Amino acid sequence: MNPLSVTDPFVVLAIAGAALVTYGLRLGGLLLAEHLPKSGGFGGFLAALPGTILLSLVVPGIVSAGPLGGLAALSTALCVWRTRNVFFGVIVGMGIVAAGRWWAGY
Amino acid sequence: MIEEMRKGAVANLPVGASVAAYGSVLGMLAAQKGLSWLALLAMNLSIFAGSAQFVMVDMWVPPLPIAEMTLAVLIINMRYLLIGASLEPLFRGKSFFHKAGVMHLVADENWAVTMAAHRHGHVTTGFLLGGGICLCAIWSAGTLLGHRLGALIGHPERFALDFAFVAVFTALTVGMWRGRRDVAPWIAAAIFAVAAERWLPGKWYIVIGGVGGALVPVFQQWLLPGKAPFGPSGPSRTDLVAKEIE
Repeated sequence: MNPLSVTDPFVVLAIAGAALVTYGLRLGGLLLAEHLPKSGGFGGFLAALPGTILLSLVVPGIVSAGPLGGLAALSTALCVWRTRNVFFGVIVGMGIVAAGRWWAGY
Repeated sequence: MIEEMRKGAVANLPVGASVAAYGSVLGMLAAQKGLSWLALLAMNLSIFAGSAQFVMVDMWVPPLPIAEMTLAVLIINMRYLLIGASLEPLFRGKSFFHKAGVMHLVADENWAVTMAAHRHGHVTTGFLLGGGICLCAIWSAGTLLGHRLGALIGHPERFALDFAFVAVFTALTVGMWRGRRDVAPWIAAAIFAVAAERWLPGKWYIVIGGVGGALVPVFQQWLLPGKAPFGPSGPSRTDLVAKEIE
């Protein structure tokens, strides 16, 4: 937990790599605006990507969290769907998991 | 410019509340993973992208898988290509250095707030930048506060902190739903991701599920030309944030 571990070459490389890639996409999108396809194959691919990426991130986690995790994730999704409030949904999901574990004497 | 920046900052304050809240969750997870507060601050200032930072913290197990991590960030942040492209009308006529400076602080939230304001009247790049500075400050404050608290929590699983990552991404995923045309790509993404997670090492399932799912509309259009309308593209997180501010 030494704050100076930020100078560890691995940490520097990991953060710098992510920063460069992210900045490149931000500026690249603006500069290439006219050249980016809005429809057709690649356009459809880019438009579908944000949703499928986030879903791929989360589904294996839900599966390995078992029935309690599944119930909590479903509740989170429903809360966000109804209220459009991300934080509220997160609190509900975490609350269900914490309560379930407490009840099971975890 | 200063007046526009002030307006942009104020317009982002309501979204800022939830940004601070899930930032504190990220801070707690980072503390549990042994990231120093300085490394976390460096991430906030240099990367400034919530979902990518969550994934990096999740993958933060020494020795750091740098190539895998960078690729995951690239794929997750691919949507910034579309976000950047959608801002082209706002930046028309500005110098390269102006573009290069302001774009660094474009995140989902201030982008959505700016686009919503743009539909209702005239906004400038100053408005966008003011929102970015405001959110970056809130994000940093939230994550660092969470980091402080996280270091004090002895049994994180009792507070379901290990589930926070899943909960945050479930919530963010709901905001990306674009309607019925997402059914097939999302089912494919879920199947690819679960299969890849089971049979491949590391975090390749993120890339495989995401790319595999997003290829579905490409094949649909290829097999049934004209039958798969894409409609106006762009991340639908706007709708989510726009509803939050209205």
